[in-house]
Amino acid sequence: MPSEKQQEYKDNAIKENEAIKENEEIYPNPELNENVDELTEDLDALLDEIDEILEENSEEFVENYIQRGGQ
Amino acid sequence: MSTPTIIGTETEFGISVKNAREQDPIAASTLVVNAYRSRNIPTISWDYAQESPLMDARGFIDESQKPIVEEDTYSVINDILINGGRYYVDHAHPEYCTPECSNARDLVKYEKAGELILDLSRLAAEQLLLDNQEIIIYKNNTDYKGHSYGSHENYLMSRKIDFSDIVDGLTPFIVTRQIITGSGKVGAENGAGETDFQISQRADFFEKEVGLSTMVERPIINTRDEPHADSTRYRRLHVIVGDSNMSEFTIYLKVGITAIVLQLIEKQVVRNQFALNEPVTAIKSISRDLMCNQKIELKDGRNLTAIEIQRAYLNLAQKHLSDDERTPIVDDVMQKWDFVLNRLQNDPMSLGRHLDWIIKKKLIDAYIARHGFKWTDPQVRMLDLQYHDLRPDKGLYLRLQKNGHVERILTHEEVVHAIQHPPSDTRAYFRGTCLRRFPSHIHSVSWNSIIFNGPSGLEKIMMERPHFGTQEIVGEMLNNCTVDELVNQIRDDCK
Repeated sequence: MPSEKQQEYKDNAIKENEAIKENEEIYPNPELNENVDELTEDLDALLDEIDEILEENSEEFVENYIQRGGQ
Repeated sequence: MSTPTIIGTETEFGISVKNAREQDPIAASTLVVNAYRSRNIPTISWDYAQESPLMDARGFIDESQKPIVEEDTYSVINDILINGGRYYVDHAHPEYCTPECSNARDLVKYEKAGELILDLSRLAAEQLLLDNQEIIIYKNNTDYKGHSYGSHENYLMSRKIDFSDIVDGLTPFIVTRQIITGSGKVGAENGAGETDFQISQRADFFEKEVGLSTMVERPIINTRDEPHADSTRYRRLHVIVGDSNMSEFTIYLKVGITAIVLQLIEKQVVRNQFALNEPVTAIKSISRDLMCNQKIELKDGRNLTAIEIQRAYLNLAQKHLSDDERTPIVDDVMQKWDFVLNRLQNDPMSLGRHLDWIIKKKLIDAYIARHGFKWTDPQVRMLDLQYHDLRPDKGLYLRLQKNGHVERILTHEEVVHAIQHPPSDTRAYFRGTCLRRFPSHIHSVSWNSIIFNGPSGLEKIMMERPHFGTQEIVGEMLNNCTVDELVNQIRDDCK
């Protein structure tokens, strides 16, 4: 029988592994891109992507983005 | 003997809720931090008895700055993280503090782990919102309307060094390092001169050379003297002038070269030989000099560019750091420092994979060229803001990184690992490991203490030396002891 201490240690390790697995599911490894060219070389594809994901209604969005000053 | 390198950063994040009836950044920040809290360990409070933020490095306590604290303020939402860091609501922003790190590479790892913690919090918090609402978190420093929030760096220094020597030696470095460390910003704020694009997010907000405040009339050198360590030996230099960076390469260089310059100040090889005539003016004009070739006037009559001043600091480092101080990481930082200064000299835009402000500038240039926008168009400002978005599918920097368009310092696995594991070679190891092993026996924590809830009442263990409490020193004890044995053994060791 493992001692209480060993058991606690083991339980903690299991909990921790689960938490990591959970994180990894949310953040899968990015696919490695072999083609690490300069930004300019596939700029068109990138700009297409930006057109797709840039927040709609930029004007309203930027206008409404107001923060309180911090440090 | 030189002071051990200990570095930590604190980042305040911008926050917005899409489709909310009204924007309430305090409520949104609280929601986000609480959402992560519920995933973590039991409630453990922060021990504010160890804090004295109004202590001034010049030797006095500034009573006039004492904030009026309303009772509610005491219920600040706080989470102490098992990686040794801290996560809480500061004013109206979620704030993440890294654990203490012994080198620039670890610092990047823990700062980037913080971005993942914020994003995990966002996902958990969104479960509690209406279906059409989304939380967006930005790692930037401004709302473009004159409200700035900070990204602070902390460096352990020897108490033996006069604060005025730090001001003299550090100011010219800090004012010029933005050509490497800037995150880039569309437009100007705070009454500073109009411009389409500038190098730094924060430069427009600095109005004084030296001072205690971090919120108004911000000073280039902040005098807060709150070492969170043995105050007879150490001070903690609180650098408030930097930008929040997305690029791993940029963060690595920012903290790496700053730690090196502080070593040079401790060695007294950097004194006042680079003193600038008008640092407050220079910080804004350098931020607007995208070719990095404008001459700045020094007090001794010389006129040098920001690159030349940075080069002079690098030369002193190459000459004066001892073999012991030139660890593999310090050597690597110096090589990269040299590399970027050469590129900035010849063609700044050739650093479009390395430095935040240049990555962003090239992206916006291309976007403007495609659509024929003007710099003042909202789409351009949106692109600037969205560069700092922490959502992996929407954040422009994160998309560039995913597609291999930017230089990395770390692997993805290392960053994920740092969410749950403290650095092994600072007192963060002791803090994080105790939180993991004995969560129900810990009453409260601060940077330099842990209060255990033992059988004979509360027992406070101080951690006054940030480079102690490492895995090498306490690892075996932590793995083999019960909490009572641990407290007793430390008590005995201290006798």
